[in-house]
Amino acid sequence: MCGIAGLIHRGKRSDVGSEMTAMLQALKHRGPDSTGFAVYGEPVEGDYVLRLKAAEQEDMGKGRGIDKIVDERIAEVERRMEERGAVIKLRDRVRPHAVRYVLSHDGDTEDLAKYIEEVDGTEILSFGNGLELIKDLGDATRVADEYKLQGFKGTHGIGHTRMATESDVDIRSAHPYWAFPYNDVSVVHNGQITNYWNMRREMERRGHRFMSNCDSELLAVYTAHNLANGMTLEESLRRSIDEIDGVFTYLVATKDQLGMAKDTMAAKPLVLYESDDLIAMASEEVAIRAILPHEIDTVDPYDEEVRVWQA
Amino acid sequence: MAGVNAQSRGDGQEQRARDMGMTTEALSGRTQQVFFEPSEEERFTYPWAPEVDYNKRTEIDADGLTTTEVNKRLRDLMAEGYGTVVIQNPRGKHGLGVGILSRLNLIFEGSLGYFGVGLIDGPNVRITGRVGWSCAENMMAGTVVIEKNAGSTFGAAIRGGDLVCRGSVGSRTGIDMKGGTIIVGGDTGALSGFMMQRGRMVVCGNAGKNLGDSMYDGTIYVGGEIRSLGVDAVEAELTDLDKAWLTRKLRQYGLLPEQGVDHFTKVVAGKQLWNYDNLEPNEKKLIL
Repeated sequence: MCGIAGLIHRGKRSDVGSEMTAMLQALKHRGPDSTGFAVYGEPVEGDYVLRLKAAEQEDMGKGRGIDKIVDERIAEVERRMEERGAVIKLRDRVRPHAVRYVLSHDGDTEDLAKYIEEVDGTEILSFGNGLELIKDLGDATRVADEYKLQGFKGTHGIGHTRMATESDVDIRSAHPYWAFPYNDVSVVHNGQITNYWNMRREMERRGHRFMSNCDSELLAVYTAHNLANGMTLEESLRRSIDEIDGVFTYLVATKDQLGMAKDTMAAKPLVLYESDDLIAMASEEVAIRAILPHEIDTVDPYDEEVRVWQA
Repeated sequence: MAGVNAQSRGDGQEQRARDMGMTTEALSGRTQQVFFEPSEEERFTYPWAPEVDYNKRTEIDADGLTTTEVNKRLRDLMAEGYGTVVIQNPRGKHGLGVGILSRLNLIFEGSLGYFGVGLIDGPNVRITGRVGWSCAENMMAGTVVIEKNAGSTFGAAIRGGDLVCRGSVGSRTGIDMKGGTIIVGGDTGALSGFMMQRGRMVVCGNAGKNLGDSMYDGTIYVGGEIRSLGVDAVEAELTDLDKAWLTRKLRQYGLLPEQGVDHFTKVVAGKQLWNYDNLEPNEKKLIL
């Protein structure tokens, strides 16, 4: 079933960390397996935020010297960063299996990302100037507490509560997906994609990498592919309705934009609230009410609807 | 089950079925249809329905309560004889006010989530906010008026009563409807009236694609543009009888357009997908 939520403040910064946590906690009943956030803080030119996981959460409890292995992986990642000329300005071991870096780097970020991911068991969750992507098993408050998300100031964010239907319960299959290797782009999705394998093979032929067997990852790769080929976010969203089969509603966030697309059957829900300074959307109204308790007007977008908002 | 008091619950399935006008005896060839006598109270209300007085009014503040607690509180108040209940701060909770099978004036001050006031038979409901998916699904009788917008599958499989949304509704409005009336003040989304079997749907605004797809029967009236008709849905002539009915119904809910109802398009089933035998199996045996 899955729940998705997104919000964007126009012309101001707010505590999007707490707001997204409240929205996703209200959607817990739609998906208790894992929760993920992609929130956008103030972009720092030249500095990158890189978040990665060096193991799955469930691996950490199994023993067998996993702590040592993870330490070795992280050491190897850092060695590779330095080898490619990146300077680690900040290193935060948020969880035993997850690290957040602030880097300065002048070179090719795609090359760097690929080089880092060659380290066994390592996956870059996000890479960008403003994007902070957090995902782990558990409900919204648990993940937000573990990753100290409360109080995060930003302009916009998207999030996801997952009920695993077609792939495993692990971080690899949790949303949001970073649109590798496209900086600052993230995707959350609710639905099923029926031409997944065709589209995945198509994307793999064009040289894109897939880390999971989760159909939602396709949307991230597909969006990255379109953006890299010069499409605007809106064009990419619109094209996806024709090219991707299935039932889906998905949200895409970039450094300064938030977009949504709904499939041709309008089979997956989304409720939308728009005002001059805040746009909020979620699978169910109850999530929007979690941050806006006063009386508001909301609408359901129709089939094939595509919208993009600017921060 | 709603409103079932202790005695009737103890009587067992057979007794309850008989109380509701259903019977398990062998049929003796007479018609199975039950004819209602308007003067008789019998069979217009459920035998266990609480006696409520519309003039007795109270409020429930849903803030901090779960859906179950709100619905339980509502039942308790009905048992106490309250006929007008205002529910404050529903804040998009799912499944509020479901399964009410008796007279009641129910007012929601705010918005409901999914499956709001589903499975109802009799109450008059007013919702000042918006409703989520599947509002009033399987409604049997009564009226539901929503002041703002509604989500998808609005009035799914309803069998009777008036379901009114003054704003716009989502997709698949009145899917599988088997009776009653759905009135929409604004627009409706794709596949509205999908597999509709009976009843009437009135949309004052525009309708999305595949309107009335695979409908068996029933009538859809659309005031605005229809993006496309579904399989086996065809336009029909708007008769004087239709106009009179539309005028009366829309005026009743204050939704009558300024220019009247002459511009409405009527959509019915083309009946080309029908594949029924006209004969009952027993009759067929006699002939073949």
